[in-house]
Amino acid sequence: MSGRRTLPKPSPSTPESTSKKRMKLIPYIQAMVNGLLVGSLYSVIAMGLTIIFGVMRVINMAHGELIMLGMYVAFWVFTVFGMGQMAALLISLPLFLVLGAAIYGGVVNRVERRAGEMGTLLVTAGLSYLIANAAQLVWKADFRSLPSALTTRSLFLGGISLNYSLLWAFLAAVMLTAATYLFLIYTDAGRAIRATAQDREAAQLMGVQIHRINMLAFALGTALAGMAGVLLTPVFYVYPYVGRVFLVKAFVVVVVGGMGSIVGAWLGGLLFGIVESVACLFIPSGYRDAVGLVVFLLVLLFKPSGLFGRSRV
Amino acid sequence: MRKYALVLLAGVILVVYPLLVRNRFFLHLSIMVLLYALLGMSWNLLGGYTGQISFGHAAFFGTGAYTSTILLLRFGISPWLGMLVGAVLALLLSVPLGWLTFRLRGPYFALATLAFAEIVRVIVYNWDTLTGGGDGLNILTDLGGIVRFYYIILALTLAGLLVMRGCVRSRWGFFLNAIREDEDAAEALGVPATRMKVIVLAVSAFFVALGGSFFASYQLYINPDLVYESQLSIQMIVVTIVGGIGTLEGPVVGALIIVPLSEYFRSLSPVANPLIYGLFIVVFMLFLPEGIVSRVRHWLARRTAAAVEEENNEISAGV
Repeated sequence: MSGRRTLPKPSPSTPESTSKKRMKLIPYIQAMVNGLLVGSLYSVIAMGLTIIFGVMRVINMAHGELIMLGMYVAFWVFTVFGMGQMAALLISLPLFLVLGAAIYGGVVNRVERRAGEMGTLLVTAGLSYLIANAAQLVWKADFRSLPSALTTRSLFLGGISLNYSLLWAFLAAVMLTAATYLFLIYTDAGRAIRATAQDREAAQLMGVQIHRINMLAFALGTALAGMAGVLLTPVFYVYPYVGRVFLVKAFVVVVVGGMGSIVGAWLGGLLFGIVESVACLFIPSGYRDAVGLVVFLLVLLFKPSGLFGRSRV
Repeated sequence: MRKYALVLLAGVILVVYPLLVRNRFFLHLSIMVLLYALLGMSWNLLGGYTGQISFGHAAFFGTGAYTSTILLLRFGISPWLGMLVGAVLALLLSVPLGWLTFRLRGPYFALATLAFAEIVRVIVYNWDTLTGGGDGLNILTDLGGIVRFYYIILALTLAGLLVMRGCVRSRWGFFLNAIREDEDAAEALGVPATRMKVIVLAVSAFFVALGGSFFASYQLYINPDLVYESQLSIQMIVVTIVGGIGTLEGPVVGALIIVPLSEYFRSLSPVANPLIYGLFIVVFMLFLPEGIVSRVRHWLARRTAAAVEEENNEISAGV
């Protein structure tokens, strides 16, 4: 029930010169390419989740609903103002930074002080439920999508079709990932975030203002979720409960990559996108969402620290 | 002494109640209150006492519901027996999940439960030769009147309450508390933390599945959206938080408040109903995270202390 819109099948008009063997491989390559493109978006989602977890030990159960809100922002920006995704991205960045800071300051921080880790888990789950159902009340349960003229144009490359808007989303996702990474590595604020994730007390002793860094990390994670939502809009249907689908995927990616690891989240997202996409060639489409859990359980069973080491942020 | 008299009185009222109140709606409401009290206290044993938050208890509920229904429809096995089979099946399902996630430090369990519930739902949805898929299953045989169901759920909930009470009041209770407060310290003192958590999860899953079987037999119709819906997991959390997380009476009090409210909101608008669950969680976690029962207890204790002090003052003044 992922609400995934079918991407165009590989072009039937492959050049005659291609051998039969290559023809046979094309669906697999196509699946891998699509998986890589979608996976880059999973990376952005998982990075948002993992930054928040790494710094605060808080699992943001409302992460999926933030993605959903991002999708609606993109949808309305397009249908009301007729502007494209670039505009939606630029609008959503400040919007979600503020929203994230507000959620942290207004809810998460207060609850954490009184009820600890368990409290934040519960309250963000409550928020998630509240936002999803408020969206249901306001925007109804309709499945919305951008006009197909915009979303189904594709570029053909040797029998492989590359959906333009997905390709664009991929490029934007790569840039977002790189920007986040550079921010964490080279700026003072980024360094403070990494220090806090590594050792909260030590960072505090070195003069890091924990409260401010927590808020920054939460805002950053929220912004990544919202912008991922914007980028997902051409590929997935937009509806109030869509967040749940992405939350589960983000959990899988974060566990695969190692909880709290930024690079792990990035690689994990790409890997998971590919695995999910290729696996769907072999199993009935109804079980698509089951792939994630199988991956999840296998990782927990054999390499609980995640595939990409245990470095934190 | 007064406490036992109160318990006895409550027991008599609960037993005589359906004979006095013949209103179908009130009976239905009481059945749902008792059912949610059972679900809430099962969730609470794991979430409140042991500190392991589950977002996927609907999976156990649905497993109980589907097992007893399928056994009845396919093999004509009485729901009484099917209920037990379903509960054991849920228990068996919970053990590998717990074993996989409880060994690890960190919130792996909470993450896994969400995905776990989703996968069980997907399987039930797609395995339509067995489960009827999205159409669900209809029980056409009459399984008894509403009063009978009242007594069944009353018995189940009381049994649940006694078992939970036994767990919490014994040395197990101290183990669970120790695990919740500091798992490393608990293990250092010889508490088998992983094993305890797996056992508690199994007990919790068992009783939730009993509730699921009961629900299926009572409603005579189930489908994946009804019994595997994440809303169910959320409802179990809501009744616990509102009543008081980590208290025995909490989920009962929570169910008494939430279920009638929920029925009321459902009559207003089907969309507003789930909205209030989210609202209740956020508001209570923000302003009353310990829940109603703990707050009332605290208040009573303070009042008693104040009264005693006043008495003491009077005595000393008199002297």
